[in-house]
Amino acid sequence: MAAGAQTGSEYIKHHLTNLTFGRDSDGVWRLAETAQEAQEMGFYAIHLDSMGWSIGLGLIFIFLFSMVARKASAGIPSGLQNGIEIIIEFIDSNVKDTFSHKNKLIAPMALTAFVWVLLMNLMDLVPVDWVPKLFDLGGVHYMKIVPTTDPNVTMGMSLSVFFLALFFSIKNKGIGGFVGELTLHPFSSKNLIVKIILIPINLFLEGVSLLAKPISHGLRLFGNLYAGEMIFILIALLPLYAQWTLSVPWAIFHILVIVLQAFIFMVLMVVYMNMAHETGDH
Amino acid sequence: METSGLIYIAGALMMGLGALGAAIGIGNLGGKYMEGIARQPELIPMLRTQMFIVLGLVDAVPMISVGIAFYLLFAVA
Repeated sequence: MAAGAQTGSEYIKHHLTNLTFGRDSDGVWRLAETAQEAQEMGFYAIHLDSMGWSIGLGLIFIFLFSMVARKASAGIPSGLQNGIEIIIEFIDSNVKDTFSHKNKLIAPMALTAFVWVLLMNLMDLVPVDWVPKLFDLGGVHYMKIVPTTDPNVTMGMSLSVFFLALFFSIKNKGIGGFVGELTLHPFSSKNLIVKIILIPINLFLEGVSLLAKPISHGLRLFGNLYAGEMIFILIALLPLYAQWTLSVPWAIFHILVIVLQAFIFMVLMVVYMNMAHETGDH
Repeated sequence: METSGLIYIAGALMMGLGALGAAIGIGNLGGKYMEGIARQPELIPMLRTQMFIVLGLVDAVPMISVGIAFYLLFAVA
């Protein structure tokens, strides 16, 4: 425990504060010194740590995979190539099972989402004090190294998926088909007047379910990782000799959560994309 | 004093009700999975993946409530 003079609740709050760069109340662009200041910056702020770690992990993913792809051999594969082939085949078979239309974008996108989210989630297993302490010595006081515990990151990803789904929806069904799906479903009638009366009801129901998708998609990932991080931080409040009794079991359980949530993020994305391509009967 | 007491009750309700719902859900899910694989053991790999997907979906809700409850109990109260 590195709390020192801090109380438990200050320690927790410190660990849950992002390194925020933004415009303060005087209109000056600078780093926020306290959580209070970060709050006041409001919309004109960016979480440097989330952005930095997520982009860095994305680059690691790209370079690792492209390096292996360039050196790939048809003979006996090396260990790394083997692992990456397993991941790619796993994603490929999952996308083939869930996605039943023709679109070259979906499988690479699923691979990116899965590996990227997995890498970001894996940062959760780094002991909570190591990296922040290191940055603290360098003069940076806030550092949150798990990008997926920042709702901005997860909601950003789920909103990108949402807009992509809207784009493919309109592209494949046309504006008419898209609007029709929102207004003439689930309640439908042969009678034209009843049909018109039912439009607002259908629009409400379908609108809610349409908007609930990206929100639950992003918040599910955020909530799981936030809860996991929260529990790791609480364990770090225990005396040093007792920490392993709780942190080891929780870390082992958390490995399951990390992989599962990355996988679910990917599967839901493919399912939404599949729904956007359905041009079927309705 | 009054408010911090209420926060403890809120945290308890959050964790307890979240766990209750998820326990029923996962119990149901596991039971149905066992039934399914007992009838058709050749479907085990397919059903296992599907079960884990649903497990992750159900599991998310109590985990989120536990996280928020801990935040309330230790950081706010």
